[in-house]
Amino acid sequence: MTDATVHQPSASASKHAHSLLAADARTRKRNAAERRFRMYGIAAISVGLIFLVILLFTIIRNGIPAFTQTYITVEVELPEAKLDKKGNRDIADLKKVSTFGYAPLIDNAIFTKVQELGIETPFEKPKKMRSLVSASAAAQLRYMVLENPALIGTTVEFEVLGSSRVDGYMKGRVTRDSVARDKNIDAEHFDIVDAMAQDGSLARIFNWAFITGADASESRPEQAGIGVSMIGSFFMMLVVLGLSLPLGVAASIYLEEFAPKNRLTDLIEVNISNLAAVPSIVFGILGLAVFIQFMHLPQSAPLVGGLVLTLMTLPTIIISTRASLKAVPPSIRDAALGIGASKMQSVFHHVLPLAAPGILTGTIIGLAQALGETAPLLLIGMVGYIASNVPDGIAGGFLDPNSSMPAQIYEWSKRADPAYYERAWGGIIVLLLFLMTMNIIAIILRRRFERRW
Amino acid sequence: MSNVKLAASALAILAASATTAAARDNVQVAGSSTVLPYASIVAEAFGENFDFPTPVVESGGSSAGLKRFCEGVGENTIDIANASRKIREKEIKACAEAGVTDIVEVRIGYDGIVFASQIDGPDYTAFEPSDIFMALSDKVVVDGAIVDNPYTQWADFNADLPAADILAFVPGTKHGTREVFEDKVVLAGCEATGAFEAFLAVAEGDSDKAKKKAAEKACIDLRDDGKSVDIDGDYTETLARIDANSNGIGVFGLAFYENNTDKLKVATVSGIVPSTETIATGEYPVSRPLFFYIKKAHVGVIPGLQEYADFFVSDEIAGEDGPLSSYGLVSDPELADTQTAVADLVTMSSN
Repeated sequence: MTDATVHQPSASASKHAHSLLAADARTRKRNAAERRFRMYGIAAISVGLIFLVILLFTIIRNGIPAFTQTYITVEVELPEAKLDKKGNRDIADLKKVSTFGYAPLIDNAIFTKVQELGIETPFEKPKKMRSLVSASAAAQLRYMVLENPALIGTTVEFEVLGSSRVDGYMKGRVTRDSVARDKNIDAEHFDIVDAMAQDGSLARIFNWAFITGADASESRPEQAGIGVSMIGSFFMMLVVLGLSLPLGVAASIYLEEFAPKNRLTDLIEVNISNLAAVPSIVFGILGLAVFIQFMHLPQSAPLVGGLVLTLMTLPTIIISTRASLKAVPPSIRDAALGIGASKMQSVFHHVLPLAAPGILTGTIIGLAQALGETAPLLLIGMVGYIASNVPDGIAGGFLDPNSSMPAQIYEWSKRADPAYYERAWGGIIVLLLFLMTMNIIAIILRRRFERRW
Repeated sequence: MSNVKLAASALAILAASATTAAARDNVQVAGSSTVLPYASIVAEAFGENFDFPTPVVESGGSSAGLKRFCEGVGENTIDIANASRKIREKEIKACAEAGVTDIVEVRIGYDGIVFASQIDGPDYTAFEPSDIFMALSDKVVVDGAIVDNPYTQWADFNADLPAADILAFVPGTKHGTREVFEDKVVLAGCEATGAFEAFLAVAEGDSDKAKKKAAEKACIDLRDDGKSVDIDGDYTETLARIDANSNGIGVFGLAFYENNTDKLKVATVSGIVPSTETIATGEYPVSRPLFFYIKKAHVGVIPGLQEYADFFVSDEIAGEDGPLSSYGLVSDPELADTQTAVADLVTMSSN
């Protein structure tokens, strides 16, 4: 028998005069096809990687400058004659001096500094110095004085934000040539900037205000920060988590463990899968119609944003929860039922804990998706100019008008001053960091707790 | 189970506070994206100088803003609509039907509309309204006959202009800027070239008025062969298109141009360089007033509304040395009248 079987191929081999060591034409063709396919695969991956690298490189190159900001340190004189004419330090009287009363004090302070340093400049009036500092400086100074009226009559050392043009010059975004036709600043101003930078009274430092601050108007991009919209995003995520996790898990447990298999549940199942594929803007229109126009919830509130995003996240959570419930082997349920546990006990004591890591992973990924979503928020008015400071209290956090991180980035990218463009990229970095953290947490959870059978 | 109870009670508290916190304490503004920068500058300074919370300003276009303004009276509707054009009769009617009868119109100043192109692009340095009409109109008059616009290059109809392909980015129809562009540039050009007469001669209509309207419409119909592109987004979108097309010219607000002088060069219109000065004197032909509209029924209900309106038109803000002017708004020579009108809340006369 063995002889015969060995003999047969050798006979046929001799017929075709083929050796196993030298590949014949067909084998070569098949091998070549495989090699080609591998190359396609590698090419596809490298194209993907190249795009990723280009994307990351662009984001980081454009966004990193947003994390530093130019500040000017000056000694500001706070004359009593200007700030408190009556001299009684009464807060109501002090408040009557508006920011327009404080701005000249800063102009004077910088002008004095310029003269002290002996910088040659064609500007003869202190008012010309206003192009160097941010419009927010006067408000900061006023706030400081109102907090501590005892400062009036003294000279304080004060750190003011440089204007966006000065900041751009320090970052290389603005050059002497590019401001040639700019009304806001002259090339001669940069002589002062250079001299002050050498003296150390003007410096680029890490920009905490960008991470913690509120949005600002178009005339002062140097003051804008992503902090408040971060809080908006946070409250939205609270709503999404608080609603979509219990709803999603309850729905999936019922559908997976208790629901009878019939047409109705099939229909529901198909619809949930369909909902997961609905474009997010549709949920935005739905939110506008239902939550704002019908239920009269406030516009631009994170509560409404959260509700809309909940609609979007629910299918994702239900699908992933059902998948992880399905992954728990039936033997676990059978064993629990076999020793007398009720259906509910078997689910809550055995199945759910085993499925929890999968559910959590799904939830975190759903949340990350919701965090980066902009389109539905456009429709419910979360793209607006929101300068209000940190919302006071928890109710305020949910109901006060606020923005969200992606909406804020979108908003910045639309503004006229190129300094906002830089901030939009910086905002993208912050948002990406959040998304990466969430995804890493999801991966860690999956790695550490997921059980395989 | 105490956790569950805790969560339940927390939710209950939240729900209760949600209903109590519904009373709005900030001014809400929406409307024109041209007015948005000015409104947000004012809102910011308002928040700094007053004890009221900073007003919320949203954009979306004049028409969208006025539509929301006219939704009705109540805390769920906006208090102020920004507009880069006057409110229309139709909108006043819609407002009245929804119960918004007392509207205070406030003119904050003037804005110039400029034609700008890539700084290294062709020499678009001087335009007449007629040039824009000839380049962009759907139908033009050639040798006395109305034909589909045959021109592909600017030099085809005006030898003084560069021999570059026609490509213009104009504001979309939802923008208030479009109306000004049509009225003050395209229509003016139409009349200047005599095309208006030709359109009028063939216009259909029962009366002279209807004929005139049809002719005007024929004038402002822009070509749709891709040489005139409607931009529905903001000026940043127009800027991005210009960046990518060296032949393109774009329609911008003066303030936007002044913030991007390193990328754009501006063209004169009828020989006048656009600037706050030439617009203030009226020499530069393409300018329009900017407005905001206050819902009088909300004054006294929404805290800070009256103060915000007063602050907006105060000399410190809207005056010649104010922050709005330095951002590019041409301040209104009749600002003092506006100030008294706002202080007294003079509503639009029902004519």
